[in-house]
Amino acid sequence: MPGLKRWEELEPGGTVLPAEAEQPHTGGWRTGLRPEVELSRCVNCLLCWLHCPDSAIVLDGTTFTGFDYDFCKGCEICAEVCPVDAIGMVPE
Amino acid sequence: MTARLLTGGEAVAHAMRQIDPDVVPVYPITPQTPIVQTFARFVADGDAHAELVDVESEHSAMSAAIGAALAGARTMTATSSQGLALMAEVVFIAASLRAPIVMAIGNRALSGPINIHCDHSDSMLVRDSGIVQLFAENAQEAYDLTVLAPRLAEHPEVLLPVAICLDGFTITHAAEPVELLPDEAVRAFAGEYAVPHALLESVPATHGPFAMPDYYYELRRQQAAAQDAALGVFAELADELAELARRRYAAVEPYRLDGAEHAIVALGSTAGTVKDVVDELRHEGEPVGLLKVTSFRPLPRDAIIDALEGVARVIALDRADSPGGVPPLAAEVAATLYGSDAELESHVYGLGGRDLHPADIRAIFAGDAPGYVGVRGAAWPA
Repeated sequence: MPGLKRWEELEPGGTVLPAEAEQPHTGGWRTGLRPEVELSRCVNCLLCWLHCPDSAIVLDGTTFTGFDYDFCKGCEICAEVCPVDAIGMVPE
Repeated sequence: MTARLLTGGEAVAHAMRQIDPDVVPVYPITPQTPIVQTFARFVADGDAHAELVDVESEHSAMSAAIGAALAGARTMTATSSQGLALMAEVVFIAASLRAPIVMAIGNRALSGPINIHCDHSDSMLVRDSGIVQLFAENAQEAYDLTVLAPRLAEHPEVLLPVAICLDGFTITHAAEPVELLPDEAVRAFAGEYAVPHALLESVPATHGPFAMPDYYYELRRQQAAAQDAALGVFAELADELAELARRRYAAVEPYRLDGAEHAIVALGSTAGTVKDVVDELRHEGEPVGLLKVTSFRPLPRDAIIDALEGVARVIALDRADSPGGVPPLAAEVAATLYGSDAELESHVYGLGGRDLHPADIRAIFAGDAPGYVGVRGAAWPA
């Protein structure tokens, strides 16, 4: 298996350190729909941030600004919990 | 140094007090109880400073121990029999996470039928987990090996859990003269705890990642290498301890093997009984000897071959059975001596605390003992 490490090169127990951790873009798992926000309707309650299972809600300080599509899997929870219907699911 | 009258359990607890670990998650079970009971009193009296965590099971004890050890806390625990069986899943994980936890095992028969007395079936259950297994012959050895264990576990080339196996009741509860090292000598010997990427040092790391077919095999190979490295590290530490204690340990202890034609290979307290019988038989002119295996994991294969060279008849005594197969120590000895001219013999004895008397050992040496020594009824395997 080319490119894979030998056992001597691995940390004891296979511990993964930040420098060498791969960042798989799990957003690629979305199946056709992605969330979009109409920020003019958003009341910044941050319920979407609280509920998002993938930490894909992007904040500027404490202000909701949008989604990290590299990690959003399109589960629709944010759209479901949004109390003012500012978030909708749209085709990719 | 003067000897004190201590049970093996108390002696291990004294070693723990002197090492002064940071965390001890533990669940009580006979015959490990005197270890934890004595250590808990040391903590209550302020003579030891560990966070003693009263967990709800042995599965939790080892789970908590892994977390503590990887966080950067020197961690010890103790168990027996069913406790070890319940813990077994997590013992494998401790070894694979390379968590250097030191654990005393008061060896006791596994259920069923339920029993509280000594055999080695509990330790043998985790034989292949990756944990280092050192078997003590008496309370003094249980103490000394416990003093040595943290350094062995924490050595950068080892980083494995280490079990000190002491025979339930025979060692855990029997009082013997034990020479304790001075507290400050043990503390200096044990030194500071260190593991790579300790979480308490705010080093972000993923411990215990998922490993698919592309990496699982490499990580298992790494554990085998760590076990192999433990042999050399044990020898170095035994030398260091010998300077302090004037007692020298080795992975195997040959006893009167010079010129021996018949040799017993055994683990634990039985080795002490065999030594007495060997002395008697030698006095009577019989060419007999003993090879005591202290380090069962890692198994010192080369040392076993060297020690038994020229012995015509090698007799493995197992205090555990492998129904339908070959008892564990016999299988190891046979595989190690594969190709030698020695006649190999295997006996099971002492299951569930059945005594092995000097007369039984004489019968074994004389070739008059059956496969299952001391059992009532047919005593030869089919």
